[in-house]
Formats: sequence, C-alpha cells, structure tokens
Amino acid sequence: MDGLLFSDLTVWSMDWTLLILLVVPTVVHGNPTVTVRTGSGPPVGSNQHPNSVPLSEDTQTTTEVREVVVEEVMMTGMLNPSHYPARRAATVVQHYLNTRYGSPYRWIFLSKVHSGSAEDVAEMRKYQLELTMQEIISNVSGQCSAELLFPGGEGQSAPQVQASCEGLLQSNTTAQEEAFYQQHRASNNMVSGNDIPDSYGHMEPNMKPFWHLGGVASSFIMLRESNESTLYNMAQVANFTQLETEKDQLRVNYHVLLHEMISQEIIHWKLLVTWSPEQGVQVLQTELQPKCHNCEAPPNTTN
Amino acid sequence: MMMLGLGSVGLVLLSLAVQSGHGAQDSAVWSREETTERNYYTRYHNMSEITAWMEQMKRENPDVVSSMVYGQTYERRNITLLKIGLSSTVRKKAIWMDCGIHAREWIAPAFCQYFVREILRTYKTDTKVNEMMKNLDFYITPVLNVDGYIYSWHNESTRLWRKSRSPGTGGCTCYGTDLNRNFYANWGMVGVSTDCCNLFYCGTKALSESEAWAVTDMLGKMREDILAFLTIHSYGQQLLVPYGHPNTSAPNHDELMEVGLGAAMAIKAVHGMDYTVGTSPDILYPFLGSSQDFARLIGIPLSFTFELRDKGEHGFELPEDQIQPTCEEAYAGAQHIITYTHDKAFYSYAATVTATLWTTLLAAWVSSAILL
Repeated sequence: MDGLLFSDLTVWSMDWTLLILLVVPTVVHGNPTVTVRTGSGPPVGSNQHPNSVPLSEDTQTTTEVREVVVEEVMMTGMLNPSHYPARRAATVVQHYLNTRYGSPYRWIFLSKVHSGSAEDVAEMRKYQLELTMQEIISNVSGQCSAELLFPGGEGQSAPQVQASCEGLLQSNTTAQEEAFYQQHRASNNMVSGNDIPDSYGHMEPNMKPFWHLGGVASSFIMLRESNESTLYNMAQVANFTQLETEKDQLRVNYHVLLHEMISQEIIHWKLLVTWSPEQGVQVLQTELQPKCHNCEAPPNTTN
Repeated sequence: MMMLGLGSVGLVLLSLAVQSGHGAQDSAVWSREETTERNYYTRYHNMSEITAWMEQMKRENPDVVSSMVYGQTYERRNITLLKIGLSSTVRKKAIWMDCGIHAREWIAPAFCQYFVREILRTYKTDTKVNEMMKNLDFYITPVLNVDGYIYSWHNESTRLWRKSRSPGTGGCTCYGTDLNRNFYANWGMVGVSTDCCNLFYCGTKALSESEAWAVTDMLGKMREDILAFLTIHSYGQQLLVPYGHPNTSAPNHDELMEVGLGAAMAIKAVHGMDYTVGTSPDILYPFLGSSQDFARLIGIPLSFTFELRDKGEHGFELPEDQIQPTCEEAYAGAQHIITYTHDKAFYSYAATVTATLWTTLLAAWVSSAILL
C-alpha cells in the first residue's frame, strides 16, 4: 500500500509540476493587474469654496479677479534645507553677495543650503543660514554663514543681510578686470548688445562680461524687491548700451528681464550702472518697465 | 547648379560666422542646417523640425514606432505622440511622458527627443531596455503646447511665453491659459489666477483648453494600463511628486519620495548635478489643476514632474552645449523611475504568482497525502 501510494503521489505531483511549469511562463509575461488603484486624495472637482486673497494693485482689468493663494504658513524653528523657505532666503543672500562682491568677472550663485532656521523678531522675520555659494566664472565655492531680516508690516523695504564667507572670493580677478576696464574706458568705441543670452542660450564671448555685469547690477534690484514669497533670477539682458565714461567709471544702460519664480512673471527693468575695479558695481538709477499686455504679437504666427 | 554652388558657399560662410558665436566645442565647421546624428540632439528644434523628426523616427523604426494624433490645439494644430514598443498580441502596460506643456521650457522637448533616440538606439543591445520595450509601450509627446512653442520661436520678444494661445474672454484682452493649471484636479482652488493676463491663469473652467482635454482624454482611456506618468519642465533642478495642495499627501507618498530620491541619485551620478525631490508645496509653491495631480488622482501610481537645468544662471535659455549633459542626467533619472515601475509590475507579480502556485502545489500534495 505504501509503495503504491508513494509512486502514485510521485507521478501525480510530477504531472502537476509539469502543468505548472507550462502555465507559469505564459502567466508571468501576461498582463498583471497593478495593485494600487484607490486614491484617497482630495475629491476630484469638488466645489469647496476657495481661499481668496484681495486684488493686488497692478491688475488692469475691470472684472473681478482673484489671486487664489494658500496663505503660506511662516516656518519657525529649524528649516528643512531642501524646502522653499530656506531656498528663497538663501537666494536673497546670493543677491546680497553679488551687490557686495560682484563684477564683470565675479558672479555668485547659491550652490547648497546646509541648514537654516527662522524666527519672528518683533514685527520682522529673521533667518539664519549655513550655505555653500559658488562663484561661477572661476568655479570656486565657499562656505557662508548669513543672517537676514525681512521687514514686517505694510512698508515694502528691502531685507537686511549680513553674511561672511570663507574661500568664496579666492579667485584672482584683478588682471581680467583691469584689462576689461582699460579696454572699454576710452570713448572711441562704445559697446552695445542685445538678447544676452539669445533664444538658444548663446552669447558672443566678448558679451559675457557685460552679461555678468548685468546680472550683478540686477542683484541690487532683486535684493531690494525680495521677500519671503519671491525667488528672483535674471532671465536675460534684453539690451545694454555703454555710455561715456565719467569720473573714471564705466557707465552702462541696461534693460534686463527678471524672472520671478513664484509668480512666473518676467519683469522688465532699466538700470544705469557704473563700474570700475576700485569702486565696484554701483546702480545709479532703476526704472520698472510697465507690463505691456497689448504688445503681444498677433496670433496665427506661422512656423 | 551655380545657385547650388553659391548656396553651399554661402552656407559654409554662414556656418563659419555662426561657429564663433556658438562656442562650439569641436573645431569642425558647424552649421545650424546640419542634421547629422552627431549634432542633431545638441540643438533646439522648432516645431516643423520636430514634426519631421517624428516622421523620421517612424520611417527608420517601423516595427517599434508609430504615431497618434490625439488632439488639437486652440490654433487647430495636431497634438501628436510617438508610441514606442515591441509589438505584442496582448494588451500592454504603458509609460506616459509629455514635454513642453510650458512653451518657454525648450530643454523639455529636447529631452523627449533625446529619450526617444536613446531607447531606439539601445533596445536591440541593452537587455534591460529590450525587456522594457517588450513589456511596455512608451507614449511620448515631444511638444504638448504646440501653439505656445511655435509662438516662443517667433522672435526674441516672444521667447519667454509660457501659456497656451487661446484668447482671453469677458473683456480680458490677454492671451493664454496656463495648461498646467487647467486639469480636472481640484481645478481653480490654489496657486492660480482668474486674471487672464496672469501667468497662472487657469482658464474659464477645468479643461477649457483643448490641449489639457486631449491629455485627459488619452489618460482616461488608458488609465488601466499606465504605470507611470512623467511630465517634463524647466528650470530648477527638481523632481516634484503629487499633490500640489499643501495639506494633502498622495496615498503612496513614501513610495513616490523613495523612487524620486533614487532618481535624483541616479541623476547626480551622471554629472554631479543636485536635483531636489519633494512635493511642490514643500520645495516650490502650492498649486492645483496640474496634469501630474490629475494622473495620480485617476490612479496612476507613479507621477513625477521633472524640472530640468539650470538653477537660474541661464534659466529658460539654457545654452545648447548643455542640452546633452542635461538629457543624459535626466535620462538616468527617468530610467530609474521606469525600471522601478516595470520591475514592480512584472517581477513582483511573477514572484507572487510563483509563490501562489508553489503554495497551491504544496497544499494539494499535502491534502492528497492526507486523503490517500
């Protein structure tokens, strides 16, 4: 009986195994049903009444419009270095450093936020940050400690920044700056340019220092205009025109396009900039250009 | 014949003049008109070039590439995707990728082109890519916002256009709706504007834009089959996961973060670039009505927004000499997500099936032993 049982079982299980082995390949390469299907996210197309925020002053239409923005809760305490509050504040430090140290051969960008904290101090918001900044022409990086104060209340005054960096300003730009200065200070050959970079991201090599200078000069505006709900970059030098050198300063008129990330707006500014190796970059005048809604090219542009 | 001769002389002169301005790496004469393989994927292409390129991809790879027109833009242009995969008798799972929902983000369509070229170039020799081409179909839309993209090529003053090109209504004279605020995903609630001049104008209603409707329609038809949804943008060097609302997490948030962080590591391994991973409300700003949120809401488990290079130095006008490295790193990131998606669907299923069958076999053996 046992012997018969065993052999029957063996044959039987071998048959099953054979069947399974035949079946498995086809099933495995067929169409599996994917398990995760139910979402418990917010209901699609719900009719909840949105939060609304009062109109900003520069709206030009007469119909009622709304900026539907979630009131951003101001973070206090330790900040997550990869989250936006630290990044926005760090970008303000970047603008500050460029106003202090930038030149046609020195342009600084935020590389990394290591740590940060924020707190309410009287009516103001105070940030402390540990950052790595990078000077992008020489590719030298440095560690920076910074403190910012965003003013509270209604008045739109600029944030106050203090920063100290190690190793960031190592690159020796003296020779290049001096050469650039000497090349352009004489009156007989005023330089101008436009669309820097162009649509393809290109620029002539001799335009690059003017691009850097435009970026540094824009930092004065970007610093002044920054708050906890902005993130500015210079998108392009639309055009620049060199003017006569005065008091040993190179003078340049710029029209720049700034990109403000949180609104995604492109904002036009004109600025009058002076520079020399000794005096550094100074911005004498700034003028916000009006946004021209009706200046758009007609539709049906052919490709 | 003489015209041809003059023309080619002119072309050479033009290309010599152009070369100095472009800072080309190699010293060979470089011309914008060249369509040789080596140069093509290191340049930006206008819409008619991309359309011609799609035809070329089909012609050169007829057994794996087909195209589908799945909608029309406001200005009545075709919205076309390439469907890429080894043909199969059974219905296949899918990966969705779209580029260029925002017109000025030119690096995005460039990446879609690069991605297509790369999988076509490697699927015969790379066993993993081959396996994925066998098990999956890739649905890739190189340019979603065709009208906006064409407009951004019009001249320097239109280069930084973002939205679609539908006209405003009700006395508002500006053009365009932000297509990535127009989806039926808690439309109109957060991070949008009802001012048609605004860059975040979300439209008169959800899916008012035919481009958003086209994607919605396709995703709806394919929702059972799509395993991952990737939408490509610039700039910022980020990988965004759903949802755009600050107080809501996707049910598989941990998985999305884990896969996203893995993709960011894969990206960094290529050229050292840091990409930040997180929900939009955490690392950028809150907003609703996005295609990414819509995809997640209808049940596509893995939904990512890529924000490619750079971090603000050039912004939207990324130099052409950065197209290749950007695409290489983004490809590594996308492949990480796609491989995870594929293996989760096909290997964990196989593991489950095998385990089930062996358990069944064992149970049957045991029960028959008892019976007998």
